[in-house]
Order: sequence, then structure tokens, then C-alpha cells
Amino acid sequence: MALLQLERISAQYPGSPEPVLADISLSLGPQQLLVALGPSGSGKTSLLNLIAGFVEPSAGRIALDGVPVKGPSAERGVVFQDDALLPWQDVLANVGFGLELAGVPRDKRETRAKEMLALVDLTGFENRRIWQLSGGQKQRVGLARALAADPRVLLMDEPFGALDAFTREQMQELLLQVWRRTAKPVFLITHDIEEAVFLATDLILLAPNPGQIVERLSLDFGQRYAAGESARAIKSDPRFIETREHVLAKVFSQRSAAQRQERA
Amino acid sequence: MSSYEIPAVTVKPSSTVIPVRRSLSTRWISVLTLVALVILWWAVTATGMIEPLFLPPPSAVLQKGWLLATSGYMDSTLWQHLGASLSRIGLGLGFAVLTAVPVGIAIGHNRIARGILDPLIEFYRPIPPLAYLPLIVIWCGIGELSKVLLIYLAIFAPIAIATATGVRTVDPAKLRAAQSLGATRAQLIRHVILPSALPDILTGVRIGLGVGWSTLVAAELIAATSGLGFMVQSAAQFLVTDVVVLGILVIALIAFAMEMGLRALQRKLVPWHGQAH
Repeated sequence: MALLQLERISAQYPGSPEPVLADISLSLGPQQLLVALGPSGSGKTSLLNLIAGFVEPSAGRIALDGVPVKGPSAERGVVFQDDALLPWQDVLANVGFGLELAGVPRDKRETRAKEMLALVDLTGFENRRIWQLSGGQKQRVGLARALAADPRVLLMDEPFGALDAFTREQMQELLLQVWRRTAKPVFLITHDIEEAVFLATDLILLAPNPGQIVERLSLDFGQRYAAGESARAIKSDPRFIETREHVLAKVFSQRSAAQRQERA
Repeated sequence: MSSYEIPAVTVKPSSTVIPVRRSLSTRWISVLTLVALVILWWAVTATGMIEPLFLPPPSAVLQKGWLLATSGYMDSTLWQHLGASLSRIGLGLGFAVLTAVPVGIAIGHNRIARGILDPLIEFYRPIPPLAYLPLIVIWCGIGELSKVLLIYLAIFAPIAIATATGVRTVDPAKLRAAQSLGATRAQLIRHVILPSALPDILTGVRIGLGVGWSTLVAAELIAATSGLGFMVQSAAQFLVTDVVVLGILVIALIAFAMEMGLRALQRKLVPWHGQAH
């Protein structure tokens, strides 16, 4: 059963004649890690902003548990590309921020925040200041903060896009571990093809002008990692490479089609 | 390979030593300049190059300072004049912070509030406070109220404008993050907007205090019966130059102390400011 349901969503920036997204339908269920992959301009950030409730669709319907989505809410936790943490609070207070907003007493929210920090492998960093953390550590705090509020779904806006390649690989593995242990449905957007193929149980490929879904794939590489296989073994598996190249070819065929259209 | 290693070894120690030595010497240059000025002051007065009527020697000013602190001048001691000035600026600052911060948040956050308040503040802000002091005196008399009101108006505008700037430049990602954690409008202001704007608010307070202090002293020169400005002005009328010089020095010291105090407060309250994060 689908938890999050998008039915024929279109979106348009105010004052712009071109839609950024046209006729998008998708669903996200309990065991899913749905990745939206697309080049810049394909509307993937707009798609996430719609689900988060930061912007409203010009047409279509978004529902969580059958209830229409209206504005941002703690049910849909978001992890941002540039952490968006609060530098005037320490790590523990940042992780417990959602619970503080909900009026949870201090000792309870600190216990919960410590659990979440343990989940993202940051035990011992409770009293660090945000500016003392590395990029990867900040993203872990961002993930712990979103999870601490116990959302129904987790939305991730290019969470590893600003990290170096080594840290990115570590964070992908960490995300899969967290996803398996918390069983939260995840919607993640990225422009990194290998990341998308590795993480996704379900992959949608977006093409620009206007943003639309041009390919849907069901994959199991992330589940294989979660089941104990090593990340390097999976990423060098011929089937992984074949899938990656297939997606890559699809991106380029879309792009050259768009260019032909422009020239015509 | 070796061509990579050599600069790495030679550059590192020199780059850690040079800034330390430079910052020390800058401070020493400042201290030496001050000492040289006092020596120059002492020299020109001790040799009789300048008469005490125009510039009394440092020792005379110090002696007068002791006399003023213990027995007083114009019915009040130095402490009473100082207290009068400080309580005026303290009251003006207190009311200004209490009202200008909410007004600044409203201007930065709400389109209608900006439409109403922004032109009003921008209209009166460029007017030198002493230009509307006569009007305030007509309305409120020459008592404490008119002086506190003048300081208040002088401090209010910089704080309100700085707060509004701080509110407008809040990182939208932080606002969205808080909203997606369930923050209400009031919680957004309390937990995100206010702390984000705090560095700007403190900068506004620093600017405001500078303007407020100079306005206060100038106002006391014109219309007051106590305060540092009044002390200097009344001493000048009787050509008591040592009191005049002493008063100016105290006024400068207070301004310097306020600036340093606020910088320390800024470092303590907003340690994240200027950090890459």
C-alpha cells in the first residue's frame, strides 16, 4: 500500500509560462527508497519542494496516508543539501530541535537525540558546535535531526551533492544502514547516476522542458548492500554497470532529442 | 616529488610566525603613540610653550580629576555628572532595544509593516537629532524626559534598520528546515529569525550607542543642569580649562569602553558569526 501518492502533478513558477513539472504520478510505499534522478532543470528539486509542502502544485493531488498535503509539516522530514543546521545550538540541541518545537521535555528529547546520533555514528559529538563539524558530519546531524522528529517519510534534497567523493560513498552506505534499521520510506533526489542506481529500490528518471518521468526502474543493489554484500562488490558487478550505462544512455538520448527539438 | 616537499616544509613555519609577530607590533605601535602624545602634551605645557589657560599640564588635569571625584564641581561630583549621563543613555538604550527589535522584525518579516514603518524611519533617520531637539523641548520641557526621548530616537533607527536587514537575510533553508520540523510562525521568529538576526541587531546597538552618546553629550551642552556635557560647557564659560579637558577625556573613555564592551558581548553571544558553516 502506498503511503505517499502523487497524482498527475504539474507545477509552474509564478509569472513563467513554461511548466517546471508536467503530469507527474508516483507513489512511495513502506519499504521503498525512491530516487529521482535528473539533470539540472529537470524539476527534481521542485518535485521535492512540492512533496515537502514548501510550494503548491498548479494541478494534481499529493496525499500522505490519503490526506492531502498542505504546507510543510513534521510528517515529512527533510534533509537539505547545505545542512540548514542552527549554528547557535550545539549538535544535541540541533538533533532535538523538532522535539523542542513539539514541546517534548528536555530529558526526553535529549535521550531521543542521543539515540539518533548513535544511529548516524556520531556518538561523542553531542556538545560540538556546528561550525566545528566537517561536511559529512553536518549531513549526519541533518539526517539525525530529521529522523528524531519521527516523520512518516524522509525527503532528501541532494544530501551528498556538496561532499567529496570519498565522504559521499561513506554517506551512501550510512544512509542504507539507517534506512534498513528505521524502515522509513525515503524519497531522495540526486544528479549522480551511480548514487541513484546504488541506493534506489525504485528509480525515476526525469527529463527537462518540462520536467517529466521518462523511465522507471525497480532495482535491488541497495537491498543487497543492506543484506551484507560489500559496496565495492556491488558497484563492480556487471549487472550494476549495465544498469548504470542504461540509465546514462537514456539521459543522453533525452538530451540530444531535446537539442534536436530546439534546433528544429 | 622533492619539488613538492621543499615548499611545504619551508612555507609552514614562516606562515605561522609572521601573523603573531605582526599583531603584537600593531598593538605596541598604538600604545607607543599614546605614550608619545602624553609626553608631547607634558613637554609643551612644562616648557611654557602653551599657557595653562589654553592647555593645562597632565598633572593639573589629574589633580583636578581627583578633586572633582571627591568634592565636585557645580554642586555635583564627577560621579554624579557621569551617573546622570549614563542613566540617560541607559534608559534610552533600554527602551530602544525593547521597541526597535520588534519593529525591525515586523519590517523585515511583514510586507504591510514594512510599507508603513520603513518610510517613517527613513524620513527621520537622516535628520541630526539636535535639529529636532528644540521641538522635543517645546513638547516635553527641559526635564529628563526630553533628553531620554532624544537619545531613544537617535538609537532607535539604527537598531530597527539593522534588525530588519538581519531578518531579511535569514537563510531560507533554515526557515524551511524549521517548518518541516513543525515550527509555527511564532516558533520561527523565536528559534530561527531572532537568533539569525542577532549579529545584525548587536551591530545596530553598537552603531546606535555611538550615535546616542555623541547626541547626548551635545544635548547636555545645550540644555541640561547635570551630566558630562553640562560639566564641560559650564566649565568652559568660566575658562576652567582643566575641567574641560578632563570632561572630554572622560567622555572619550566612556565611548571607548562601550565599544569594547559591545565587541566582547558580540563575541560571547554570537560566536558562530564569521565562522564558515
